[in-house]
Amino acid sequence: MNGIHDMGGMHGFGPIELEAKEPVFHEPWEARMFGLRRAMTSPPGSTIDRFRFLRESMPPAAYLTWSYYEHWYYSTVRSLLEAGYLTMAELRSGHAAADRVRRKDAMRAGDVAEARKTGGVFTRALDAAPRFSVGDGVATRNLQPTGHTRLPRYARGRRGSIHNRHGGHVLADASARGEGERPEHLYTVMFTARELWGEQVAANDKVFLDLWESYLEPA
Amino acid sequence: MAHDHSHDDDIVGQVPSDPALRVKALESVLVELGLVDPAAVDAWIETYERRIGPHNGARVVARAWSDPGFKQHLLANGSGAIADLDMLGIQGQHITVVENTPAIHNLIVCTLCSCYPLPLLGLPPRWYKSAPYRSRAVIDPRGVLKEFGVELAPEVEVRVWDSTSEVRYLVLPQRPPGTEKMSEGELASLVTRDSMIGTARQLAVPGGRR
Repeated sequence: MNGIHDMGGMHGFGPIELEAKEPVFHEPWEARMFGLRRAMTSPPGSTIDRFRFLRESMPPAAYLTWSYYEHWYYSTVRSLLEAGYLTMAELRSGHAAADRVRRKDAMRAGDVAEARKTGGVFTRALDAAPRFSVGDGVATRNLQPTGHTRLPRYARGRRGSIHNRHGGHVLADASARGEGERPEHLYTVMFTARELWGEQVAANDKVFLDLWESYLEPA
Repeated sequence: MAHDHSHDDDIVGQVPSDPALRVKALESVLVELGLVDPAAVDAWIETYERRIGPHNGARVVARAWSDPGFKQHLLANGSGAIADLDMLGIQGQHITVVENTPAIHNLIVCTLCSCYPLPLLGLPPRWYKSAPYRSRAVIDPRGVLKEFGVELAPEVEVRVWDSTSEVRYLVLPQRPPGTEKMSEGELASLVTRDSMIGTARQLAVPGGRR
């Protein structure tokens, strides 16, 4: 979606605020929110891509004013509300309704090390051969989906070349819509900085993006 | 969907304004429903506060500096080489390592969110997730680098890697001069988080010249 999250190339956000000796979490609630997301039983279809889409769907003003782990709160809550796993009344009271079924299958502390080590593998075997080879010229399609995508606005309708191939990867766009994994070949595509940003940037600089096959056409 | 969309959109207006209260209420409900075990939450927090951090990535870099065969493998197949060290993990099962040279400087960003090689660097610093960094790293990497104190000569090529897939990127910084006799452990102690993101270029050697 053409949302506020798609920030590459925007102006006006000011200087980068650096912090010496930054803690991993700035507030205890940030740590709790992080741990909750990782430990909780998510509703069916709540893939990481779905969570990302929900975060991108925040009201733009809130996206900019809420901090990072508040974004996590938003996407987590919205996912749970949509699935009927909790209600706004429960969320406001901090207590589950009396008639709720209590589950017993949550991740245990002893499961965490294995989940961290083995979770999040997105490569998938594909029967189809990749359409492009390293060095091929490609153009990104001028896609403007209202759903989740990994083709940022700044790289649409641009010419680049295939730098690397990664084999089949879960298509984030489909996974975010709840349409299954629909794996496609994934490529790293190299663009000259000038192709993306014009003559005012350095002639020798490059920008690389990982893009799925359906984002690309031969050029 | 179980709920009307406009209702869901009003999460921002309907929950307590204090995030600490908001998250506390969420955890309480999830625990009551059996959707979360608080001890598992503690374990995830402890993992990233105590065990997984930039020292993991530094080990990979020091190995690459010390072992040419490993370095070659790492640059050709980052995931494979890091799997050999048993260091892959969630948010970093697919890794590409890019090498800084006198002629090339690499910089990692995630313009769309916050993708970062968690098993190697831990959780990202706040600036990495911030609008200023995400917006500017792709269009003005040299200006961004200046804010980190890195001045690049015009002839150095800047390569920006926008992490748009589940492939996560790590910069292999240049080995500082004067470190030829150092052990792998000593080398690892020189490697900073920012040098592996690409927002630092030259690494300091204690007692040596920068």
